Amino acid sequence: MDISSINPILLLASLIVAATPLLLAAIGELVVEKAGVLNLGVEGMMITGAICGFAIAVNTGSPVLGLAAAAVGGAVLSLLFALLTQYALANQVASGLALTLFGLGLSALLGQGYQGVKPPAFPQVDIPLLADIPVLGPILFTQDPVVYLAFAMTAATWAVLKYTRAGLILRAVGENHDAAHALGYKVVRIRVLAILFGGACAGLGGAYISLIRVPQWTEGMTAGIGWIALALVVFASWKPWRVLLGACLFGGVNVLQLNLQAAGVAIPVEYLAMSPYLITILVLVIMSADRSSAPAALGRSFHASQ
Amino acid sequence: MLRLEKRPQPSQLWTYLTPLVAVIATMIAGGALFAFLGEDPLVAIRTIFWDPLFSEFAFYYRPQLLVKGAPLVLIAIGLSLGFRAGIWNIGAEGQYIVGALCGAGVGLAFYPIEGWYIFPLMVLAGAVGGMVWAMIPAVLKVRFGTNEILVSLMLVYVAEQLLASMSLGLLKNPQGFGFPGSRNLQQYASAHNAELIAGTGMHWGVVAAFIAVIFSYILLNRHMLGFHIRLTGQAPRAARFAGVVPARLILICLGASGALAGLAGLFEVAGPSGQVSINFNTGYGFTAIIVAFLGRLHPVGILLAGGLMALTYIGGEIAQSNLGLPSAAIQLFQGMLLFFLLAVDVLTNYRIRLKQREVA
Amino acid sequence: MTGVLLSINGLTKAYPGVVANSDVSFQIGEGEVHALLGENGAGKSTLVKMIYGLVKPDSGTMTLRGAPYSPAEPRAARASGVAMVFQHFSLFDALNVAENITLGMENPPPMRDLATKIREVSETYGLPLDPFRTVGDLSAGERQRVEIIRCLLQDPKLLIMDEPTSVLTPQEVQILFTTLRKLTAEGVAILYISHKLEEIRALCDNATILRLGKNVGTCVPSKTTASEMAELMVGAALHIPERNGGELGPVLLDLDNLSVTSPSAFGTSLKNITLQVRSGEVLGLGGVAGNGQDELLGALSGELISTPGAITLEGQPIGALGPVARRRLGLLTAPEERLGHAAAPDMSLTENAMLTGSVREGLEANGFLKWGKARAFAEAIIERFDVRTPGPGNAARALSGGNLQKFVIGREVMQRPTVLVVNQPTWGVDAAAAAAIRQALLDLAAGGTAVIVISQDLDELMEISDHFGALNEGRLSEILPARGLSVEQIGLMMGGAHGMEVAHV
Repeated sequence: MDISSINPILLLASLIVAATPLLLAAIGELVVEKAGVLNLGVEGMMITGAICGFAIAVNTGSPVLGLAAAAVGGAVLSLLFALLTQYALANQVASGLALTLFGLGLSALLGQGYQGVKPPAFPQVDIPLLADIPVLGPILFTQDPVVYLAFAMTAATWAVLKYTRAGLILRAVGENHDAAHALGYKVVRIRVLAILFGGACAGLGGAYISLIRVPQWTEGMTAGIGWIALALVVFASWKPWRVLLGACLFGGVNVLQLNLQAAGVAIPVEYLAMSPYLITILVLVIMSADRSSAPAALGRSFHASQ
Repeated sequence: MLRLEKRPQPSQLWTYLTPLVAVIATMIAGGALFAFLGEDPLVAIRTIFWDPLFSEFAFYYRPQLLVKGAPLVLIAIGLSLGFRAGIWNIGAEGQYIVGALCGAGVGLAFYPIEGWYIFPLMVLAGAVGGMVWAMIPAVLKVRFGTNEILVSLMLVYVAEQLLASMSLGLLKNPQGFGFPGSRNLQQYASAHNAELIAGTGMHWGVVAAFIAVIFSYILLNRHMLGFHIRLTGQAPRAARFAGVVPARLILICLGASGALAGLAGLFEVAGPSGQVSINFNTGYGFTAIIVAFLGRLHPVGILLAGGLMALTYIGGEIAQSNLGLPSAAIQLFQGMLLFFLLAVDVLTNYRIRLKQREVA
Repeated sequence: MTGVLLSINGLTKAYPGVVANSDVSFQIGEGEVHALLGENGAGKSTLVKMIYGLVKPDSGTMTLRGAPYSPAEPRAARASGVAMVFQHFSLFDALNVAENITLGMENPPPMRDLATKIREVSETYGLPLDPFRTVGDLSAGERQRVEIIRCLLQDPKLLIMDEPTSVLTPQEVQILFTTLRKLTAEGVAILYISHKLEEIRALCDNATILRLGKNVGTCVPSKTTASEMAELMVGAALHIPERNGGELGPVLLDLDNLSVTSPSAFGTSLKNITLQVRSGEVLGLGGVAGNGQDELLGALSGELISTPGAITLEGQPIGALGPVARRRLGLLTAPEERLGHAAAPDMSLTENAMLTGSVREGLEANGFLKWGKARAFAEAIIERFDVRTPGPGNAARALSGGNLQKFVIGREVMQRPTVLVVNQPTWGVDAAAAAAIRQALLDLAAGGTAVIVISQDLDELMEISDHFGALNEGRLSEILPARGLSVEQIGLMMGGAHGMEVAHV
């Protein structure tokens, strides 16, 4: 056992890498929940995005096209959820579960023949000047472009929700869909768009795992990250910046336990591997006391009956 | 344009019809999927739904129907109680694993003593193990308001790691030449959940599943607790007005579903599976969610749905070996079934009308 | 009156099983206050929803200033100068005043300009309001101001007000009327929906009366007596409950400094409520909605638990008991919200009879349910309270509001309560059913039950109460004999203008 072999700067840099898929999926889900919809299918959309992105990237040789395909794949799958919950008025909890079960099956089917294949690599982009800052530079500014995209999206989501009319309308729909409808807003349309956005984000997050973080394809490789993303939204009290904080925290726990495994600490591997899930539970317990910032219409179906 | 119009009251007819419509729609969509995979859709559908029951090798497959169906029904009955009350236990898979570990652990602790009391003790340990695992989300929800969906699901991953640890460590067969996995309980008479009637697949788990169906039917239709469960799911405020204590109901529903999932795990590990091993669990805990919904959360419906889902498992295996259909296709097929069910469910409470009749 | 603003010709709208409006025609002039009068279920709401573009008529036409007017959605209506203040406010509790207002505008100015504008308009019309307060924290009267200001910022030509005074104290009503008169002086027309006849006589120029979806007459309210209008509205003379005012018996229910924290974030906690009700007494509790009525009912039904001694029933402390134990002892309740609280919408009437009747009617034994007996109980309620339904197997949500209310009240009355507490017993119920419910409550009191009626309908309370008190921000006013109370006194008991003068500008 040799804990000193763990390089803190590398650890923090890989923390960011571990946090990115979580951040992407959780930001998407945050927008969905702000619109008053609870989509429990994040895991299914992520794994579908992971295989769509992987397959397209391998076949075209372009990781960027792969990412785009992952976003489309996640969004298409989320469209199923949107049809079920917004038009057929199905129970959101059950539909989200169905989406996850369906996505796991679909990805396993699509992934036949991609096991053990190596995807095209994503270039690392060093941001000039900033990358040269000691300590911070290598951690924050020598990452792949998706990391920057995820951070930018967090900022954008925050700004849109807080400062724009579109953000206000989205929040209004999530707060009280009957009142929003009475004012003439298209509740269903707004929610479908939010769901699609959430699906695309989850798809991106999944592809980040299969294309960049791991990078290879194995069945069920998202291993509950989608569910942790859901927990993260609760943890963050529906605030984008706290999602970022939470993603880094969970990413840190995960990277740390992997490093401890590698360093051969005297704790059995299995117990280290269950730590992220146990910590998620712990965090949920601590955060669930405060539900005041939850969108008031979260999880409720809307039907415009006169 | 189509428009939904709320029915004055839920349609009895559609309550019974929707599962059938969903099954048929799934067969059509599944057939298209199989065609896309390069199989003759009719052959594939026949292989999955017909061959296990009526082909020349059916004598071999039919007992499997009970073996695969029993854990699904057992778990789904437990889940249905919670689902009806709006309590979402998604972690039955974890409770199933922990139940199996506890039950098998008790059995292995007695090895090689023989005694009639060993198997009942294992059953008890299995139920208690599953229940304790389910009590974690229950107590956290009651005490802190923590979301039971996420906690019960996280505990599945924890249970899987626990299973790995156990089959590589504590419960590993000392005479297993270093291979992971426990002793085979099928070779330990006092702990073996053997077939009760040879060649039928009937074991104690099947008996337990039938008892659970009957018990749940009486509970939901004839007992105050069942009435309160239904009331809580349909109108939580009215339930509190009627005197339901939500915390008590959460503990009961999650505890019962955990115990039943734990039982299912024990019967599986002591019977058909035989040993604790890394990949001993096969996703029954998740498939049971589909079974519960497909059975409309009704005990008899769940019994039928469990049979149907077991059929797709067996048929899927046949299709896998005979047609080379990937196992993922069956998983996808099952997911589709749940989708279609949820989609047509709307017809129970709404009717579809053409928009804008011209003449008033 | 200068010219015709809105002309409505032959509007008809049918829903499955009901004709909400049948061939309704009338005209509103510019600067006119036009009353739309009718009972609950007469079709007033559907009619204004058609004018506001929320519902499309099956047939008929509208013209606005001579031009054809058929708004496809509220946005179009607002663009044409039609604005509406809803009865149940369409506000977002978690957002602030300015955000709520900007959501209702077509081309909202930037937030900072809007805040200034809100302050301007609110001062001009005497409606003080702080743009940055969270709406969930406002009183009912202040919430209504948000809606009114939202409408005024659009320079409306026609302002529709749906039962605007149902949430106001008499003093607040006077403030509102002053504002409305200022508006009409500027040429704005107002379509004023109400069933309160005295208000209409005080405010409106003309009135259109609806009954069962049809226009049954028009009148000039200032020249018509209230009883004439009532006859037009109801179509028949009403049976008015008789008060026989017997001797009051011993104290049955005693609340001593009852304080309960509201379970919801925007609810009102109860503070030191002290009262007694005697055998044979009807105690009326008035107050504007949202001043602790739901919490008081919850504290009495056992849904909210307090200290044991805060509530005493026939000398026995019951504050810590749950609903079932309280029912067993004879304290029965009927909450305001029929669907989802007093009754489970998707369950049959038999199951809903089981919901509260299981203990006192012996519908269960050792936890096992006697469905046959429950069905008989449901049938008995249907029979005695004239509940119009095909049978006890029907779902609660299939019943009309009035019929379900009769069932819910009947279910408690038939269980021979020692003390009965009802919240809004006749809300949304037609006049005949309301009279029947009131009579049932009086009969119960005559039989020795202590009855507490919580209501926002002051006329109703004056009609049936022996004593009257009012809830105001979770506190209970002094309790006085109902006979001889003046409107001003009642208004002051309800909190006067409800702290609205102290607006946070």
